[in-house]
Amino acid sequence: MPEKQKKLDLAVRGALWFGPLKGDGKGKKAKKGGQLVDVLVSKGKIVALTPAGSLDMRAEKELDAGGKVLLPSLTDVHVHLREPGQEYKEDIASGLGAAAFGGFSNILCMANTKPVNDTASVTEFMLEQARKSWPNGPRLFPIGALTKGLKGQELAPMAELAKAGCAAFSNDGRPVESTELFRRAMEYAQDLGKIVIDHCEDPFLAPAAGMNEGEVSSRLGLPAQPDVAEAIQVARDVLLAEYLNAPIHLAHVSCEKSVALIRFAKARGVDVTAETCPHYLTLTEEEAAGFSASAKVSPPLRVKADIDALLDALADGTVDMLATDHAPHAAHEKEVEFDQAPCGISGLDTALATTWELVRVGKLPFDAFVRAWTSAPCKRFGLPLNTFAPGDPADFVLYDQDAAWTVNAETMKSKSKNTPLYGRTLRGRVSAHFLAGKMVVGSISPGA
Amino acid sequence: MQWKHKDLLDVSQLSADEVRHILATAAYFREINSRPVKKVPTLKGRSVVLFFAEPSTRTKTSFDMAGKRLSADTFALQKSGSSLAKGETLKDTALTLQAMNPDGIVIRHGSSGAAQFLAERLECSVINAGDGRHAHPTQALLDALTLSRRWKGDFAGKTVLILGDIAHSRVARSNVLLLTLLGAKVRLCAPRTLLPPRLDTWPVEVVSDLKQACRDVDSVMCLRLQLERQQAGLLPDLREYARTFGLCETHLLDAAPGCCVLHPGPINRGVEIGSDLADSAESLILEQVENGVAVRMALLFLYLTRKSPDASPVAQSGMPE
Repeated sequence: MPEKQKKLDLAVRGALWFGPLKGDGKGKKAKKGGQLVDVLVSKGKIVALTPAGSLDMRAEKELDAGGKVLLPSLTDVHVHLREPGQEYKEDIASGLGAAAFGGFSNILCMANTKPVNDTASVTEFMLEQARKSWPNGPRLFPIGALTKGLKGQELAPMAELAKAGCAAFSNDGRPVESTELFRRAMEYAQDLGKIVIDHCEDPFLAPAAGMNEGEVSSRLGLPAQPDVAEAIQVARDVLLAEYLNAPIHLAHVSCEKSVALIRFAKARGVDVTAETCPHYLTLTEEEAAGFSASAKVSPPLRVKADIDALLDALADGTVDMLATDHAPHAAHEKEVEFDQAPCGISGLDTALATTWELVRVGKLPFDAFVRAWTSAPCKRFGLPLNTFAPGDPADFVLYDQDAAWTVNAETMKSKSKNTPLYGRTLRGRVSAHFLAGKMVVGSISPGA
Repeated sequence: MQWKHKDLLDVSQLSADEVRHILATAAYFREINSRPVKKVPTLKGRSVVLFFAEPSTRTKTSFDMAGKRLSADTFALQKSGSSLAKGETLKDTALTLQAMNPDGIVIRHGSSGAAQFLAERLECSVINAGDGRHAHPTQALLDALTLSRRWKGDFAGKTVLILGDIAHSRVARSNVLLLTLLGAKVRLCAPRTLLPPRLDTWPVEVVSDLKQACRDVDSVMCLRLQLERQQAGLLPDLREYARTFGLCETHLLDAAPGCCVLHPGPINRGVEIGSDLADSAESLILEQVENGVAVRMALLFLYLTRKSPDASPVAQSGMPE
């Protein structure tokens, strides 16, 4: 065996793997209930993923996974890290900390900072803050502003931003009102080989209400926005993408109508991808029934039928990926009258637990979970991806799927605790997190 | 009846028996209000803060008078004269008020849910005097007292038409709940632009034509039309609105005999209600105001003495029955 001569840095033994094993018989299917495996790593890269004990190779560092679930690290293409400018909500160090403990290896952060990320110096500052605080990752990939100051009036210097390290472009937080300008932005970004990410929300149809127009808003008398405000903009975007033959990525899709339009567009061959968020798969407008501003988010939490449509869409790939839309806000900003509160949910700490629970109860197939959190976002945005094939970056998580924990100020790593899940008990926590073969989270002692 | 609620946030908290108890207590205070000396010492030594973060004349005066007639000390706190205008958050206002240790707070606020927000943070009773578009329970209770007197307490088989800007109306939301609880049927009439979404989940019938909507109803409750609805693009102008949805005496020809007209005030004469009709015998608008004081006396009494089981409306008064 040629591998025998290779020096192994790390071997994690006895992890529970629910996926198929590559290089171990072609087309071999995943075993139901999973199987115990060993992960072998050299120089930060995967050497092999093999049935436990099947390869007699010793590594410099031997770790016992103790039957914990093995997952590739997740990628989150939609977070708000608030630095520069609003470090009291979150900063790059605390946000990446929440990502590391939440199981994420790659993070794309939005441009609506203060100042806006519309110049190379802001991008470079973000990258520098990330390198200083978490030198071994999680890796930060800033998203550049689509328009200067996110004002929707002039294009941002996208070539300069791309050169500085921006991975994509978006006006998230302040959708571009002018369809003309949005078209030009898509064309300009396409020349640079970058994807435009759109926050789909009709700018004139009850914008930023943060509450679904429906039974609950009607009962409570809360200003609200109908789901068509999102779907109208989804329709605009996929029609533009088809007409321009340019790619588009749709952020935080929340409703059945958007799913139907994306399905329509994909059937026509449009280069469209879409994300949805854990909260749109698990929570409904009823969360706001007690006027709780922690449930105020844009787009708003919808109804059961939308959850069902999104789960189907994730399973069949119509919705390609998951993202958190991590939107931290300080307690004093959220503890106000519902209509005064800012929109957003802090999501990095809870995303893995809430979505793995969907896998555990059979609502989301394991393959779709892995695709939505890893391969789909990494391929779309050109990010490091671990499929456990030899040579892949050794980014993976050992996950204790039975560990119960309460969401509170102690357990959350994000500076901001604005989540409707606050105070609830979740199942499943990251035991250890390896990035490029280095353990960034966890304290697993060497095994036998 | 031992009163078990700390706060009155909306009528949805109340059972039909509790509502009847409030109305009976209010009827008693109504009698006191007709005496030459209208003051009883029931709430002597208790303090009530009237916290009005939104302009209001009649509701505030009504609560103020109700408190004073029960010998409570009332303190007015308005947005313009309060630290709210200086950017203080509602939470900090709440904590400040709590530190002053009042027995009750009456709150009027422009945001739906503001009364609940306060109630969750305060130990004293919170009485909702209108929060955003959400609820106005004391208005619904005074409307119920007015109709109860008219109908001798019998709401069964009666139909009430609520006419006007339902979408933005806390009065409509609370009245739909309360009238339904008491056994009446509720019908709504408004242009679709002023109706809330998902009315299929409300216990109401919707009739968009005013003439048809008035057929066989026992009461019509007109709502005030806020003039800013026109600027918001919800209606073309007041003239067209008045012609299509303004209630006139002719509309009552199709109503049930003895149909009465209510309005929470202040009225826009010639817009949502014809001027003649507002002054007619069918109009109970001024009786609503009178009943408002009695209902608020009953509520202050029940909520502020809930921990004193032997309290009676005239406890320690020494006044003859």
